Formats: sequence, structure tokens, C-alpha cells
Amino acid sequence: MIARNDAYEIVIASLKEVFAQVGETPPASISDDTVLVGADAVLDSLGVVQLIVEVEQRVEAAHSISVTLANDKAMSARNSPFRTVGVLADHVVATAQEAAS
Amino acid sequence: MSASEKPVMIVTGARKGIGRYLVEHYLAKGYLVEGCSRGKADISDSSYKHHEVDVADEKGVRGMVADITKRHGRIDAVLNNAAIASMNHVLLTPAKSANRMLEVNVTGTMLVCRDAAKVMIRRKYGRIVNFTTIVAPIALAGEAVYAASKSAVVTFTRILAFELGQWGITCNSFGATPIMTDMIKGVPQDKIDAVVNNLAIKRLGTHQDCANVCDFFISPSSDNITGQVIYLGGVT
Repeated sequence: MIARNDAYEIVIASLKEVFAQVGETPPASISDDTVLVGADAVLDSLGVVQLIVEVEQRVEAAHSISVTLANDKAMSARNSPFRTVGVLADHVVATAQEAAS
Repeated sequence: MSASEKPVMIVTGARKGIGRYLVEHYLAKGYLVEGCSRGKADISDSSYKHHEVDVADEKGVRGMVADITKRHGRIDAVLNNAAIASMNHVLLTPAKSANRMLEVNVTGTMLVCRDAAKVMIRRKYGRIVNFTTIVAPIALAGEAVYAASKSAVVTFTRILAFELGQWGITCNSFGATPIMTDMIKGVPQDKIDAVVNNLAIKRLGTHQDCANVCDFFISPSSDNITGQVIYLGGVT
């Protein structure tokens, strides 16, 4: 199990890491509502790929839970589980729970 | 954890044949080798670990890569050698047999590449070699589905090269000529002779031939060699 707040912190840290990797400055304010996919997104599509991989690795390193965030359920969902920081954090919690069960 | 000092390699289909030879070849070169196959392997070396994993099993591959990452903190090279073949006229090929070939040869290759690449991008370095076959370019009758699955591997690898190139990961394909392994033991000798006689170099392939191409592809100096396919014996 991963607490929602831990998942949120992982997403934030991962997002900052992705910006660092490409040598760009992250947005001044990042919150649950920060958009990751689609119009107004703070990342391009490749950035989202990097973010997902980074989050998976941080989840594994910090919680010893091996997760695949881009799973069948996520990719066929009507609303993308990667669309905002908050939604992604929720998806991390749910996926980790499924992986642990 | 800090990363191992020695380079780490995954070899799929490591239990026997070409995979087994490559395991021993790269152990001798100082690699930490992580092999997998559906069954147990009798390879005994402190630098080798065997994983009983079917490459078509997503959860199994994920678990194997997680275990390797936990112990070594890095993956430098992947040799996707695991494959199944079924020589059969297409009119006599059951869907189950076709699906299984696609599952192991295409999906299995993709899964190992995907999960290993996620680890490789941390160090912005990686070498992936996916095994194909000459029976695709020579259009060998009796191997339609197997050849189709290996053509898919070549196309997958070419595109993978573009998707992963930005992280210093090269992806290439290697197609061997017939080599005396269990995979072709059921193929009639006259069929093998006919294939060999149409090659520029008229002999069976050897395990050493395979190691030679892999050595080239995984060399750190081959950082500008990607999206390529090398066939043995003059096949193009």
C-alpha cells in the first residue's frame, strides 16, 4: 500500500526530475491540478513517457512494489489516468494496491 | 543501491543452444549475466543467475527485471534470443500454434525490451540485440508464421531504435543462418542443405558467428549503430 500523500510526493519529485533531465525549469507552482496531458500540459508527450517511467522506478525504490502504470486498464480508460498530477497520484495508489494484492 | 561495477546483461532463452553459448561467452568476458528460460538451467557460475520466466508473461518479465535492478542497479545489454518455431505448412498451422509464436517471439521480445529500457535510461546507456532469422528475407516455405513473427521483430527493433536513441540505447537485429540447435532438429536435412546452398557462404552458422555479431552490436564503440539488421551468410 502507498499512502496518497506519498504517491503525490513521488509524482512531484518525478516531475521535477524530468524537467531537470531536459534542462528546463519546472513550473513555479505544481499542484494536484497541474495538467500533464493534452491542452495546457506542462510536458510534451515524450516528457509524459519519462515521467511515468520515473514514477514507476521511484515507487519500486521507495516501496519495493513493481508497478506498470501504463497497464491495459489505464490505456483503455475513458479519462487518462495521467492527465493531472492529482489523477496520476491516485492512479499510483490504485495500481500499487493491485500489484500488492 | 549503487550500481554494480561490472556490466550487466540479460540473455533470454539462456538454457540451451545459442543462448547458452552466449551466456558462457559473456561470462568469460566479465559480464554479470542474467539468463531466463521457461525451465531450469544447469549453468553454475557466481556471475550468473537464472530466472525461470516465460518472456511472454508480462508479470514474470517485470519481476525478473525488478530483481536484476534491485541486485545490480543497472542493465547494460539485452540479447533477446528466446523464440519458438514450428515448421509447418500454413494450411496445417493451428491458430494456437501461430498465436504462441507471436506471443513469445514478438510480445516477449517487446516486454523484455520495454522493461530493460526503463532501467537503461537512468544511465543513458544500453545495447539491445533482438534475434531474427534469415528465413524471413529468403521467404522459406514452411516457416510462414515463424518468419512473419521475426519480420515483426525487425520492424519493432527499427522503430525501437528511434524511440530509445535519445537515451543512448541502441537497438539492432541479428539474423542467423541455420545452426544445429534443438530448434531445427526436426527440419529435414535436404531442406537445410537447400537453404545453405543458396547462401553466399555455403555453410551452417555457428555459435561463434552469433557471438561475433553480438560483440559488435554491444560494443560501447557501436553507439552510432542502431536500427540495423545483420544477417549471416550474405542474406540481405
